Amino acid sequence: MGRYDFYGYRRENGRVGIRNHVVILPLDDLSNAACEAVANNIKGTMALPHPYGRLQFGEDLELHFRTLIGTGSSPNVAAVVVIGIEPAWTDRVVKGIAKTGKPVVGFSIEENGDISTIAAASRKAREFVQDATEKQRELCTIQELFVSTKCGESDTTSGLASCPTVGNLIDKLDPLGATTCFGETSELTGAEVVCASRAVTKDVSDKFMNVFNAYQDVIERHKTSDLSESQPTKGNIAGGLTTIEEKAFGNLQKIGRKAKFIDVLKPAEAPGKGAGLYYMDTSSAAAECITLQAAAGFVVHLFPTGQGNVIGNPIEPVIKLTANPRTARTMVEHIDLDVSGILRREMTLDQAGDKLIDIMIRTCNGRLTCAEAMGHREFVFTKLYQSA
Amino acid sequence: MATQFIVHDKIDTVGVVVVEDVQPGKDLTGWIMQTDETITLKALDAVPLGHKIALRDLKTGDTVLKYGHDVGRIVADAGKGHHVHVHNMKTKRW
Repeated sequence: MGRYDFYGYRRENGRVGIRNHVVILPLDDLSNAACEAVANNIKGTMALPHPYGRLQFGEDLELHFRTLIGTGSSPNVAAVVVIGIEPAWTDRVVKGIAKTGKPVVGFSIEENGDISTIAAASRKAREFVQDATEKQRELCTIQELFVSTKCGESDTTSGLASCPTVGNLIDKLDPLGATTCFGETSELTGAEVVCASRAVTKDVSDKFMNVFNAYQDVIERHKTSDLSESQPTKGNIAGGLTTIEEKAFGNLQKIGRKAKFIDVLKPAEAPGKGAGLYYMDTSSAAAECITLQAAAGFVVHLFPTGQGNVIGNPIEPVIKLTANPRTARTMVEHIDLDVSGILRREMTLDQAGDKLIDIMIRTCNGRLTCAEAMGHREFVFTKLYQSA
Repeated sequence: MATQFIVHDKIDTVGVVVVEDVQPGKDLTGWIMQTDETITLKALDAVPLGHKIALRDLKTGDTVLKYGHDVGRIVADAGKGHHVHVHNMKTKRW
């Protein structure tokens, strides 16, 4: 077994997951109660309640479907029961997930009511979870691993040490053929030119700048101030970050010094150009960003934090690291890796990157992250505009 | 030697305090990561962990350099050794 090999679940479509969830997925807000009842009936399954799915239209509706279908299609998910209020959109989600070849079935509540729906869905969920628990882990290689990253509650220690630790990992894994992803469109403000210069071609660079400028227009249209207290956040400011530019350069440390990004993805869009680093157009809010990356098929997440964000995701394990010695001391149960030694010059960036690779591989092999152990399952959709 | 503040790039005009006990008058040892140089500076304010300290006299209108890049502007003078944050520095964006 090589340094970068791990034991994962190989799915019907060849993709590799590191978890084996059976998900009870609501199409819409109205179906949350039924999904939660099914998950309560059948042990080992997990409901993913969320607030949307009604009267959405256009690109916002497409994103809703992409997020739901992508979540169900994740290699970290073994099988899916979809429940929706009505059959047509429920069926669209089922058909989308079925393309992966995994077990998926849909139920609709209209003309059945919650109780009959819950009974029928529970019978199917029972079958799915028993079958899923027989699935064995197999030896997999780093070329089969999809890794995403995003930072949160950042402070200046993030830019000094925890973000560069992720960057060191990316610099090591990129030449080996891993597939990786970063995002956070608003949070590159001030560092956008440097970011654009990290695109592999002029076309990709232009595509990035188009996405970046489009969101700057949204900010200009809706802002009532210079976004102080939103971007940077109150927590960022408490941690010593003063401006969005300062935060952006710290953020960008996560992509390391060498890797070039090979494409720009829409929110929740699966990578289509093979192995390499991808940029995804996402919010900089942690739960929204990770939900989109998980829906795009990324199976393990690296999350540097400064002041101590406690984020998790229901299907994509989130590994948190910090270089802030106070956060490492006061929030032990949330921190998977303490790299504050970099600031004391007791640990080099290279050593920190190796430690992060170690904890990532152990997580891929099945070790629960702090967020998983603490029950953090933030599942938050990105909404582009008001529903009709 | 213990490091009390860190500077990313040689050309930066601010450093970051990485310990919890910086008080006015304290002599600090700093580390420039880019060049692996050790420098010293006297703190003239209490500067919390993670907050910035001026490495030279910064005047209103000056650009603040960190990571070797423009990260904002000075809006109230901040002398060498003083705390640099929202009270004397602002974004150039939005």
